[in-house]
Amino acid sequence: MKLNINGKPVEVAADPDMPLLWALRDVLGLTGTKFGCGAGFCGACTVQLDGEPVRGCQTPVSAVGTAKITTIEGLSASAWGRKLQDAWVALDVPQCGYCQAGQLLAAEALLRSTPKPTDADIDAAMSGNICRCATYTRIRAAIKQAAAA
Amino acid sequence: MNIQLSRRHFLFASAALGGGLYLGLSPQRADAAEAGQLNAWVVVPPSGPIRIMASNPEVGQGIRTSLPMVICEELDADWAAVEIVPTLADAKTYGRQVAGGSQATPVHYENMRRVGAAARAMILDAAARAWGVPVAELSTDKGHVVHQAKRAPYGQFAAAAAALPAPDLAQVAVKDPKSFRLIGSFQPGVNNRAIVRGAQPYGIDAVVPGMVHAAFHKSGVQGAKVKSANLEAIKKLGGVKDALIVAGTDEYEGLAGGVAILAETTWHAQRARAALQVEWSDSPAAFQSTSAWAKMAAEAKGKPPGMPIHATGDVSAAMARATKRVSADYAYPFIPHVPMEPINCTAQVTGDKVEIWAPTQNPEPGRQAVAKTLGVPPENVTIHMMRVGGGFGRRLQNDYMVEAAWIARAAGKPVKLTWTREDDITQDFLRPGGWHFLEAGLDAQGRCIAWDNHFISYGRDGKFVRAADIGPRDFPAGIVDDFRVGATLLPLQHTTGYLRAPSNNAFGFVTQGFIDELAHAAGADPLQYRRDFLGSPRIIGDPKARGPYNTGRMRAVLDKAAAMAGWGRKLPKRTGLGIAFHFSHLGYFANVIEASVATDGTIKVHKIWVAGDIGRQIVNMAGATNQVQGSVLDAIGACMGHAITFADGAIEQRNFGDVPMLRNEQIPPIEVAFLTPDYPVTGLGEPAYPAVAPALANAVFAATGVRLRALPFDTSLLKA
Repeated sequence: MKLNINGKPVEVAADPDMPLLWALRDVLGLTGTKFGCGAGFCGACTVQLDGEPVRGCQTPVSAVGTAKITTIEGLSASAWGRKLQDAWVALDVPQCGYCQAGQLLAAEALLRSTPKPTDADIDAAMSGNICRCATYTRIRAAIKQAAAA
Repeated sequence: MNIQLSRRHFLFASAALGGGLYLGLSPQRADAAEAGQLNAWVVVPPSGPIRIMASNPEVGQGIRTSLPMVICEELDADWAAVEIVPTLADAKTYGRQVAGGSQATPVHYENMRRVGAAARAMILDAAARAWGVPVAELSTDKGHVVHQAKRAPYGQFAAAAAALPAPDLAQVAVKDPKSFRLIGSFQPGVNNRAIVRGAQPYGIDAVVPGMVHAAFHKSGVQGAKVKSANLEAIKKLGGVKDALIVAGTDEYEGLAGGVAILAETTWHAQRARAALQVEWSDSPAAFQSTSAWAKMAAEAKGKPPGMPIHATGDVSAAMARATKRVSADYAYPFIPHVPMEPINCTAQVTGDKVEIWAPTQNPEPGRQAVAKTLGVPPENVTIHMMRVGGGFGRRLQNDYMVEAAWIARAAGKPVKLTWTREDDITQDFLRPGGWHFLEAGLDAQGRCIAWDNHFISYGRDGKFVRAADIGPRDFPAGIVDDFRVGATLLPLQHTTGYLRAPSNNAFGFVTQGFIDELAHAAGADPLQYRRDFLGSPRIIGDPKARGPYNTGRMRAVLDKAAAMAGWGRKLPKRTGLGIAFHFSHLGYFANVIEASVATDGTIKVHKIWVAGDIGRQIVNMAGATNQVQGSVLDAIGACMGHAITFADGAIEQRNFGDVPMLRNEQIPPIEVAFLTPDYPVTGLGEPAYPAVAPALANAVFAATGVRLRALPFDTSLLKA
């Protein structure tokens, strides 16, 4: 099966039913995408397909087709992604940091479509991503800082 | 070299683990001088970045940033240029390596200062000899030795310094805290950049050549063993490499019985698991039932407690002379930890040697458990303390480490074991639930003159299960003279464990809710009533128990939180301010919460003001405020919907759909202030949690007149 991951064509030998999360992690060794619940509740496995955030655990690899996959390892290729990464580091967003890959991919999609998000925009875009450490206050601040950068 | 070795050996041998001063030099490090290793934490190579060891497990509390900051401050190295290196689990060298009890800072802070200062002193000594000038004429700046116009990097003196005898830590000079440049500043976590690039390995990301992925299927009812399973059918499924029965051990909390499925990927293992057919033995836990326990607790009410815990004065006499008596029943459920990174461990067993890659908060007991269960010497177990995707106390238990090691040995190859979220929730070491049947007596002035608490919790063999105990001197023992607490234990087989601010996370809710009730019964302002309750500044409690605490420090944070929130101001209808304080884990916290309650009962938290006192120094403002904000929201989340229930012996909840976590849109602003009176520096993972739930319940009461006495909150009680 041919996939496009972070701008590069990748050949992956995976069962078509295998969720993209596990193809990335256990077949391709791209472990930046995290397993959190396996049921679409938490958003830890968020990746982008053609720029749209999706749940890696709920997306069979066969459903990806020609869509371009962006994972956390490819986030730096986006100007918004780099601004978000800088803000995340500077404001010390992470505690354990495990959910932050998914948070960042959701936030990058938000800023690309809505460069000056309101709090309501942030609520809507980020609602699907749980942070068990509850770094939400800083996630919001970092999105705003990246938007202003 | 021989002299130096014996000196190093002496330093090591005299180290007091978990206390005292120690450089952590082990006799094995004969080549230390050549490597520029000045002690177990500091390596100054001849060129390249200075390396500072991070020897404590990182679970998100920021300890791999904050303790190296302390060393770096006293070493006077350039924080921007040092390299932070995680160590293996090695308590013989590094002392207490535990992410638990908010203990890492109080245990290590002063020692880490001296470790850094000792390394700096050795560099200065070597520089003075090299330059032929007195040490007193030298100064340091960002990893350089300075003498008048001369300036040279530490590395230039490293080899010579490493050959010098290490200074006596008790004598080594540390900085005047007024001159701190790094300690007390806002420093982002050292792994942040790797995290935002997806380049930071967690336990679950460990990869060992030749490893297979494992699922481990257990019954979900504790103690059940596999009688039979369709292993042959499972082995034929796609991607499956093997399937085997783990008999398990017989002792409580030993290796659980179940079926291990080994596969090419985690997904193949889990897919095959869905096809498993297992016949289980009867379990001694089958009786467990939330409704049955509730009935037992209700029946215990009004009867004498099964075991006395603590009593002073004469409660009955004090109740008899009270002008007013107030009774209330408080309750809270089992709650889970649900760390974001599901439970996992990677293990490799080669002969009688075991290598473990684990997200663990507490590696040494894991080493012991692996060694005992596999029958290998503890020193043959190597543990890599992987960055942990959340602990909250769950990973103080190392059950998964034993499972992975056992399965890896049975498989004859390295194994990565990954639990599902469902495994995590149904097999957690839960925060125990409990009930408190309280009665207090007030005198004519409204003062609390009697306090009686019948505590219902869980036990086995006549003892509290882990984290269910109430301490004899727990608040408000020592404040109310005529005081009594006794307990009745309900039977439990399921495992329990420490969850952020154990015991306190529930007791804070109970005591501060009840004190609010007493304030209202006395017709007093809840803030003033608490001030009076605490009384004059004094030390209360037993140093060997969960204390002692200083009522003056408590009063100070209480007043600070009240001032921050503008306590006493007028608020709109169905909006209220609630206040609470709590001492735990050596930290003093108080907070005020403003909340409103909609006519359908929905609670909205408008703002939270938090005042804390963890001693004279905040090490890292970035990590500190993050911990407080996180603790506060963790507690709010528990109010809003966390509860684990049992039926037919097993836990009924499965995933985040049943254990709703707070989300982005529910987050109120949180204002945090630290008071820094001149007391020892203590930790922050836990003490901000316990006073939150009661402040919210008290705010809801102020808004509605409805007293919430059970967690999680039943908002149907709040409909207008």
